[in-house]
Amino acid sequence: MLKYLIKRILWMFPMLIGISLISFFIMHLAPGDVTSNESSFNPKASEESRQKLRELYNLDKPVMVQYGLWLKRIVKLDFGRSFSSHQRPVLWEEKDKNGNITKGLIQESLPITLLINLLGIFIIFSISIVLGTASAIKQNTWVDRSITLFVFVGFAIPGFWLALLLMYWTGVANQWLPISGLHSQGYLSLDLFSQTLDLLKHLVLPVFVSSLSGLAGISLYVRNGMLDVLHQDFITTARSKGLSEKRVIFVHALKNAILPLITIVGLSIPGLIGGSVIAESIFAIPGMGKLFYDSVLMRDFPVIMGILTIGSVLTLFGNLLADLGYAWADPRVRKGIIK
Amino acid sequence: MTHHPSHTIARIITLLILIFNLISCSNNEVETIDYKDSYKLEGGGNLVNAMVGEPSNLIAMIAGDSASSVIAGNIFNSLIKYDEKLNYAPELAEKWDVSLDQKTITFTLKENLFWADGTPLTSEDVLFTWKLVTDPKTRTPYASDYLLVKEASAPNPKTFIVTYDETYAPAIDTWASLHILPKHILKDEDINNTFFSRNPIGSGYYQLDQWISGQQVTLKANTKSSQGPANIKYLTSRIIPDTSSQFLELTADNIDLMNINPIQHQRVFPARKDLEQKINLYKELGNGYTYLGFNLKKEPFNDINVRRAINYAIDKDEVIKGVLLGLGEPVASPYKPGTRWNNANLSPYPYDPNKALSLLKAAGYQKNQSGLFEKDGKVLGFEILTNQNKQREMTAVLVQRRLKEIGIDVTIRVIEWASFINRFIKTGDFNAVVLGWSLSLDPDQYNIWHSSQQGPGQFNFIGYNNKEVDKLLEDGRKELDPSKRQKIYYKFSEHLLSDSPIVYLYAGYGLSAVNKRVQGIKTPAPPAGIYHNSYDWFIPQSLRRNEMAN
Amino acid sequence: MRKIIRNPLALSGLIIIFLILVLALFAPIIAPYDPNFIDIESILIAPSLSHLMGTDGLGRDVFSRMLFGARISLLVGFVAVGIATAIGVILGSVAGYYRGWLDSLIMRLVDIMLSIPSFFLILAVIAFLTPSIWNIMIVIGLTSWMGVTRLVRAEFFSLRQREYVMAAQTMGASDLKIITKHLLPNSLTPIIVSSVLGIASAVLVESGLSFLGLGVQAPTASWGNILTDGKEYIQFAWWLSLFPGMAILLTVLGYNLLGEGLRDAMDPKNNN
Repeated sequence: MLKYLIKRILWMFPMLIGISLISFFIMHLAPGDVTSNESSFNPKASEESRQKLRELYNLDKPVMVQYGLWLKRIVKLDFGRSFSSHQRPVLWEEKDKNGNITKGLIQESLPITLLINLLGIFIIFSISIVLGTASAIKQNTWVDRSITLFVFVGFAIPGFWLALLLMYWTGVANQWLPISGLHSQGYLSLDLFSQTLDLLKHLVLPVFVSSLSGLAGISLYVRNGMLDVLHQDFITTARSKGLSEKRVIFVHALKNAILPLITIVGLSIPGLIGGSVIAESIFAIPGMGKLFYDSVLMRDFPVIMGILTIGSVLTLFGNLLADLGYAWADPRVRKGIIK
Repeated sequence: MTHHPSHTIARIITLLILIFNLISCSNNEVETIDYKDSYKLEGGGNLVNAMVGEPSNLIAMIAGDSASSVIAGNIFNSLIKYDEKLNYAPELAEKWDVSLDQKTITFTLKENLFWADGTPLTSEDVLFTWKLVTDPKTRTPYASDYLLVKEASAPNPKTFIVTYDETYAPAIDTWASLHILPKHILKDEDINNTFFSRNPIGSGYYQLDQWISGQQVTLKANTKSSQGPANIKYLTSRIIPDTSSQFLELTADNIDLMNINPIQHQRVFPARKDLEQKINLYKELGNGYTYLGFNLKKEPFNDINVRRAINYAIDKDEVIKGVLLGLGEPVASPYKPGTRWNNANLSPYPYDPNKALSLLKAAGYQKNQSGLFEKDGKVLGFEILTNQNKQREMTAVLVQRRLKEIGIDVTIRVIEWASFINRFIKTGDFNAVVLGWSLSLDPDQYNIWHSSQQGPGQFNFIGYNNKEVDKLLEDGRKELDPSKRQKIYYKFSEHLLSDSPIVYLYAGYGLSAVNKRVQGIKTPAPPAGIYHNSYDWFIPQSLRRNEMAN
Repeated sequence: MRKIIRNPLALSGLIIIFLILVLALFAPIIAPYDPNFIDIESILIAPSLSHLMGTDGLGRDVFSRMLFGARISLLVGFVAVGIATAIGVILGSVAGYYRGWLDSLIMRLVDIMLSIPSFFLILAVIAFLTPSIWNIMIVIGLTSWMGVTRLVRAEFFSLRQREYVMAAQTMGASDLKIITKHLLPNSLTPIIVSSVLGIASAVLVESGLSFLGLGVQAPTASWGNILTDGKEYIQFAWWLSLFPGMAILLTVLGYNLLGEGLRDAMDPKNNN
């Protein structure tokens, strides 16, 4: 078991190199660099000054050299600074000599995305377990079918369209919920409770829209897992022992059916930090998806590489956790690994 | 229990109707306010507007984005400014004198100027700013204009003198766009990487109050403003990347001001009385135009007959009607219609397909079996490139249609901006582009049209080369007398029109929607636009939004 | 097949797909107008008898654009999934059959691909190739083969232990023959199911790309770019977003219902 773990962890290093190398080259093959944003196409801005910028950022060096420089910094966990004119640190805050703190880009965006996605995953899993179980128990009845239809409609509806419809309905036609953003004007003067309430109100639509598309996958997974379990011997045994059907389903079957969900939780760890650029643009939420998208359009290489690196580390750990979790949950797999 | 599929279909239909209702249910319950014709001026309030991107850096010489320059423009001052009629007017400087040899400008600063932190603002700050912008270590793309200054000095706290090597007519204009920065704060800072860029201290109407990353920037009226106090106490700029969301916020009264598009202006508002009741619309001609530019170094665009034929074949009025729903003007010179530099005697190439056909025949093209023009076995056709901009894309579609009609095969390709510039414009690997120029107020366009400006990354990327135009552009830079300058640029515009290196398509109106609670906006918009007196705007107490704070 | 027909959801999925395919196929016959015919005299007209789904910002007939857009959107789905399935089947077979270092290598590649956001790859590809519908299909295909690979590999893992495979091996059959004759046919069901579901996702991806301005190029119509055009006017020109929105919804729903129905039908547990 330990050997397996060490092997998996050691594998991560060549993979990280691989991922960063691939991303670095893709990034540099795309034409353009940070000096070519739209507003720099201004007759007042001279090409010499742009060339000067390129030299300052080492963008005039060969890609391999640039990669080497990046790698050298990243092993010291130095993610660098954004190329954009604000020069903010990519990852974490920095203090200048006067003690002024400048926050990192990822430091500011990540908590927002994390909050939305954690809420989303919590909602997806709780609703899916209910819907999936109900579907399995009532297999092939109208209950089952309505649930299936509902979760598929949720998956099939184009997210930004639904978002705009809901924003119009709940924000303009009926002023129930805020339309976009994370806070109301002047929320800083509120007490903590009202601030939280204000934030939650702003999160209702984004979380709802992002959860809706995730219901289909998980609830069908639960449904099919539940059907699998219900056909297994131990359930039959439990039934024959005279246990009540409720007890059979909710204690024995459900437990076994949702254990494999651990794998999915592991696999969704990288998704936790990758926000959706579409949802974030529509709802005006400054999360990771928008940060990444803007960085790509701006050719802000340190930020792109920073996000990809953190993303891939989390993905690899997520995969590992998923496998381990699955092994822990399922003795047969555990034995297989030890072998 | 078996189920008939029709039940499912019935459910789908129910859902459809539900969604349909969701869209079409309109809001009639909002109480309507009866706006008075005029209101008493009252200071205070919070004006909320929306912008698509977050400002990156409030030091304008370093920042490249428009969001930054809009916000920084409220915080900082330049030596001089343009007034509502677009004439030079005092800002920090009360006067400026040009020497007899026209090479030296002496600026005299106003009395009692202060930074927002209470420190006096002197000519030392101006000199410091000039040194900063010309310092090779400063990461600014705007240094070139200021590098022409041979010598700058601040002999006393109220006087700033610059001397140029030779007469430079656009010089005054350059001092209207350089924000003066505080020396006492920045002298020991690295300007490229300083806390100041997100925490500026300026001398303008407003100062930074609060900046919530990625969400909003709030400015507060600066009590020590060099120009006297502004009426509205807070200016909040919310960052809302998607314009559909911005529009929803506007209709729900959550933002007071946004830029809208022609369809919203011409169709949505007239159809929605409830919106017209509470929102005023403004339009003003921007200082820029959209054009179809040819790569003059390539076949077939090196042939003036082909260029003119294409110009005749494009119906500009149709483009203005289709893309801008009429909210634009045709242009015949690279200057804003109605301004001093625009040669009003020129008129655009009329839509005349027959003339286009005869010009193409004169150029040696014949129609082939499929109805396309052909010369030496090569079909006359090209690709129009444009960036991801809805209006430019629609323009390209309309141009494509008209050119196809006369027998020119046109394809369209829309490309993301950075790739567009680097992969195609810089390398000269393009046939034709639909792009726009937005221009400064000085008529000098040396960088765009002079034949020496064709290197990679320079702005004469279409490769325009006309000796007479070169000469005019050089003269125009040296001539300070406005009426003589006017003649030079009139002549320059004539050449451009006759050479047809680009097809002028339109100058579009900038469209703003402003909630009626904002009072004091001049209408119709003066030449400088509605925003030039935004510090005079006010929000009467009775119309203010019920906010938790402020 | 009979099971599909008896399953009302799968059947309605099948009907939806069939109807949309017919509409797309006969678009030139059904469409009342040329989808690219511009008429600036009739911009943004609400649905009526002459324009069943109204007109768009350039006065083009939305109904005709929807019909021709269906061809594009479905084509994007089919081709993208075809590419993804081809790559997935090949890599999955190799990994599942040969195991060992090849398997490790391929699975690590899968992991790498899964950790690079696909829209980043899309931007990169647009930089190399001219953006066109074919390239959009290629990109979607190249960024969505990982699921099929894992699936085929897992199937092969379990099938390889079966007696008939072992028998074929001892008989000296070539690897290629064993894979194509014995292993693949027996893994077909999950591959088909995942392809059907994949088409649904590709249609959604196309609309997402259009939102970001990376979709099908003007003036060609696709559901994604009609919907994106319409989102600005959701309160006013509702027809510009309702019809493409519903079309995407129904298509994606149809493929999902069919895919899930197939999965159910092939599943031996559901024989009660």
